Amino acid sequence: MITATDLRLTFGKGTPLENPALRGMSLTVNQGEFVTVIGSNGAGKSTFLNALAGETLVDSGTIVVDNVNVTKLPTHKRAGRVARVFQDPLAGTCEGLSIEENLALAIKRGQRRGLSTAVKKQYMEQFKESLSSLNLGLENRLGDKMGLLSGGQRQAVSLLMASLTPSAILLLDEHTAALDPKTAAFVLALTTKIIEDQKLTALMVTHSMKQALEVGTRTVMLHQGQVVFDIEGKDREGLEVKDLLELFEKQRGLSVDDDSLLLG
Amino acid sequence: MLSEIAFYGAVETGLIYGLVAFGIYLSFRVLDFPDLTVDGSFPLGAAVAAVLIMEGWNPWLATGSAVLAGMAAGAVTAILNVKLNILNLLASILTMIALYSVNLRVMGRPNIALLGEETVLTPWYSLDLAYHQVPVLLFSIVILISLILLWRFMKSETGLAMRATGANPRMARAQGIATGTMIILGVAVSNGMVGLAGALFAQSQGAADVTMGVGVIVIGLASLIGGEAVITPSTVVRALIACVVGAIIYRLAIAFALNADFLGLQAQDLNLITAVLVTLAIVLPGVRSSLVSKLTRKKA
Repeated sequence: MITATDLRLTFGKGTPLENPALRGMSLTVNQGEFVTVIGSNGAGKSTFLNALAGETLVDSGTIVVDNVNVTKLPTHKRAGRVARVFQDPLAGTCEGLSIEENLALAIKRGQRRGLSTAVKKQYMEQFKESLSSLNLGLENRLGDKMGLLSGGQRQAVSLLMASLTPSAILLLDEHTAALDPKTAAFVLALTTKIIEDQKLTALMVTHSMKQALEVGTRTVMLHQGQVVFDIEGKDREGLEVKDLLELFEKQRGLSVDDDSLLLG
Repeated sequence: MLSEIAFYGAVETGLIYGLVAFGIYLSFRVLDFPDLTVDGSFPLGAAVAAVLIMEGWNPWLATGSAVLAGMAAGAVTAILNVKLNILNLLASILTMIALYSVNLRVMGRPNIALLGEETVLTPWYSLDLAYHQVPVLLFSIVILISLILLWRFMKSETGLAMRATGANPRMARAQGIATGTMIILGVAVSNGMVGLAGALFAQSQGAADVTMGVGVIVIGLASLIGGEAVITPSTVVRALIACVVGAIIYRLAIAFALNADFLGLQAQDLNLITAVLVTLAIVLPGVRSSLVSKLTRKKA
């Protein structure tokens, strides 16, 4: 379970470019939930994800992952609990290292690393098995450099790496946005499969409202650094993009009313 | 042509600079950390070893201490970068400049002669070998052991984490790797290798001098780049072998250039030759591949 409470973060505080990215953002993700997050540009989606991962530290508020307060911890100290797949397919893997070396890095995510050989024989079975589930033939190319793989293949491996060891939450940051439509569909299907098979708790940021409704168990919309609506279960079933837009307009209208109330 | 003694001399120095190239491979290539500390940690290693040998220490203990001194110097550079957020290149220049004073303090004077002192080489002279072959044998053993240790380290969990840190720091952090710690460890080990090279150099040349570090970085880079041009560094072990081969080729090339009377080159031209060789080593692989692509395009 992951609980974010009243997160606030302002970039460039005290400068003319001051930009409040998170304005009292709160969200609780329960065990086994697959939450899709949507929002327009600048809504705070990526900032929220970076705050959860530890890449940016929040000004105030708390982040609790599995009953541990991680608010002040840097990325590498959260990595044992938080797994991540980046938007850039090249960002999640090391192109100069072989496929098996990348997987060996991931299998020790968040654990102590010693002086024993990194690519151990006892991992091979697991590596081959998980790679063969991708149906890309990569299980026979363990020694190949990651850089030889296409963007889609690399993103599929990134996904595999993020799910190789257990985590409290899997963060997916528009991880299909940089892929061509066919590859994007493949990676998305793979994402759903892995999350369902391993019963992972996941948070997926996406630009596509359609995608946000098609996959997952719950959808959250962000606007101006806050959650504007949060739907799951029956309310979410059968919902279409136009319904989402309506909801959004309604919520936005409400927030304007709030402002006028405050100012009046 | 080269005399036999000049040839062995070039190989001997080449082996020592192979250790420097290991260090530079670790910082420049593995960690992507342009580290100029080596111009200071090389004479630091020489100074520490020379002073301790003069104090009557066992020469191997003195050499080990030189390694530790080099590691400390590297750690200072990395800490300036990681903890104080000083640009890596600038951090290394600061340490390099500071080491000039440190080295003078360590030695208490600008140079120390080791003539007649017991060095790591002394016991080896009792072997049935020519005088100029002994250092080549000993340094070959040292560099082989260093190569194996470094190679094993790079293949270890920590070594792999270090390679990831240099190649993709964002990914490394997301995998739970403390990238700052990796940089400190890596730059320290790198300068430890250079300290070792300095200590061996002082003992083979019979003196430590505060100015002996000038240009070590360029020679090390020349060895690294030259070696990579000859042996494609597709794996760690190939990259390490390339360092040694590059360093020996570099020293031999310098020796040939200085020995070829028709070129009219003299010892003071060394730095100019180095610069030309480094330029060639950087440019030639590119020229070769563009030539190949032009030729193949014509065929097609």
